[in-house]
Amino acid sequence: MSTATTAPPSPATTGPTSSVARDTYTVFARAMRMSLRNPAWLVISLMQPVLYIVLFGPLLEPLSSQLGSGNAYQLFVPGILVQLGIFGALFVGFGLIAEYRAGVIESQRVTPASRTALLLGRVMRDVVVLLVQGTLLVLVSIPLGLRAPVLGVVLTLVVIALLGAAFASVSYALALTLKSEDAFAPLLNAVVLPVLLLSGILLPMTLAPGWLQAVSDVNPLKHVVEGARSFFDGDYGSSTAWWGAGLTVAMGLLGWWFGVRRFRQESS
Amino acid sequence: MIHARGLARTFRKKKQEVHAVVGVDLDVEAGEIVGFLGPNGAGKTTTLRMLTTLLAPTAGTATVAGCDLVTDPVGVRRRIGYVSQSGATYPDARAGEEVVDHARLYGISTAEATARGKQLFRELDLDGLWERQPKSMSGGQRRRLDIAVGLVHVPGLVFLDEPTTGLDPQARANLWQHIRGLREERGTTVFLTTHYLDEADALCDRILVIDAGRIVAEGTPDALKSQVGGDVLTVTVERAETAGRVAALMAALPGAEVPQVLDTRVVGRAPQGGAALMRLVRELDAAGIPVAGIESRRPSLDDVFLDLTGRSLRESGGPGGPGAPAAPAGRAAAEQPQEMAR
Repeated sequence: MSTATTAPPSPATTGPTSSVARDTYTVFARAMRMSLRNPAWLVISLMQPVLYIVLFGPLLEPLSSQLGSGNAYQLFVPGILVQLGIFGALFVGFGLIAEYRAGVIESQRVTPASRTALLLGRVMRDVVVLLVQGTLLVLVSIPLGLRAPVLGVVLTLVVIALLGAAFASVSYALALTLKSEDAFAPLLNAVVLPVLLLSGILLPMTLAPGWLQAVSDVNPLKHVVEGARSFFDGDYGSSTAWWGAGLTVAMGLLGWWFGVRRFRQESS
Repeated sequence: MIHARGLARTFRKKKQEVHAVVGVDLDVEAGEIVGFLGPNGAGKTTTLRMLTTLLAPTAGTATVAGCDLVTDPVGVRRRIGYVSQSGATYPDARAGEEVVDHARLYGISTAEATARGKQLFRELDLDGLWERQPKSMSGGQRRRLDIAVGLVHVPGLVFLDEPTTGLDPQARANLWQHIRGLREERGTTVFLTTHYLDEADALCDRILVIDAGRIVAEGTPDALKSQVGGDVLTVTVERAETAGRVAALMAALPGAEVPQVLDTRVVGRAPQGGAALMRLVRELDAAGIPVAGIESRRPSLDDVFLDLTGRSLRESGGPGGPGAPAAPAGRAAAEQPQEMAR
């Protein structure tokens, strides 16, 4: 190389310190900073769970005896938490498409950063956001009449975090494949509505006629919701509770595998 | 710095194979500024994306900055910078943070990244824009910010994909200065793609011309131009009916090609344009043909491109306008993978 008068030290001095953990933190911190800096996003994402509790919860109160639960919120809050975990996370891909269009993804992919870190950092941001939303949701429900054991709530939040991570990974992988809101939005809409209706999130599936119950049995998310409700009832030993948790772990692994595979592929 | 042999990329689209890059051999030495010139869809971006590890080649081998493209992509990534056409920064982020975050992905500490970033901002005339959001910067500033991002880890080799597309003439000229500065001040090797002839001409030591996925010519701008076989002579006559006689005179010049007659204009080529011009002037005068204008000019790179491919680079796609009407079918097919790749 010719004479370099003002050239700073060569890149070799930066060394092999770049690790998955470090890269993940860099990507996470950047994503988090961007999110926090967007006040509209901040208000909307914190208001949404509150609105559900305040504007929909009271409708369930007169029904609670019919639903076989002494407390409508004990039934409703776990459902809304699961909904938050799935649907909040599924939409994170839109942000990735915007980043892709700005060239940010490409420019990160020409760095030596681990491909896994590029995904993991973003997913971690989504999980942190989800946990803040979920905690807020639980806190808001307490004055309205939620009574649930702390351990049950914590276990449910762990399940929700895992679920959110799975669905965020899938969302990013799909966004990276489709690269266009016009293709991504209809796909999400096609998936979200049937999954929501068949999960018993809003009302328990025990109210449904037999055929509908049978169909919803195939939906793993229904079992996750029922598992979360068991946790909220303090029923830690029940098979319902651990079926839900087990299925969440399975979905977590599957979603993670899908996301990492896509992020490791070339970016065509 | 770059040694590629038979580099090729085939895309599959609906069970059809699209050969975006058919087999590219190229060598770039340290300290060179090399231009990769070709119309939209010729395979420039696909080749660049292969050389920067973003796309795996379907055939061929390459060493980039001393590392094998296929077996050591991380080594390549450590040593190169890439400034893509679509930019490198998020519109809502802060300019300085984008540079620092990028540097951190190379394992550079925040403190060192900030120092290097600020120095790059000074060198690239971005002083005072550290806290600015890219969305509120001008096109030229944003492009220079992209370059700062691509250089913060001090790569020995930097790839610039269409660096001046979409910029106004002043911003382009300014960016050229900065690109020259990369080599002069930092000793960086620059590999850039462009479909602007004047850019390739003004900036590059050497040019590779790519068309339909193949390199069709290479050399210095001057060498390429001298390949064209002479300077371009243009005579404009006052009355169109005399144009035929002018054409006959021009064709009779030593080494001349058969000229074209376009109404009152006669355009031909002859070696040593100055001498040919003098002789033509004398003959026109002797024949008593009234002439409105006469000129001889060195061939442009557009003439080179026309000569090599049979069509003008100007016709085959302006900035950001894919699918130009002048494109023949083969080129339109080559366009698709580029679109897919985005």
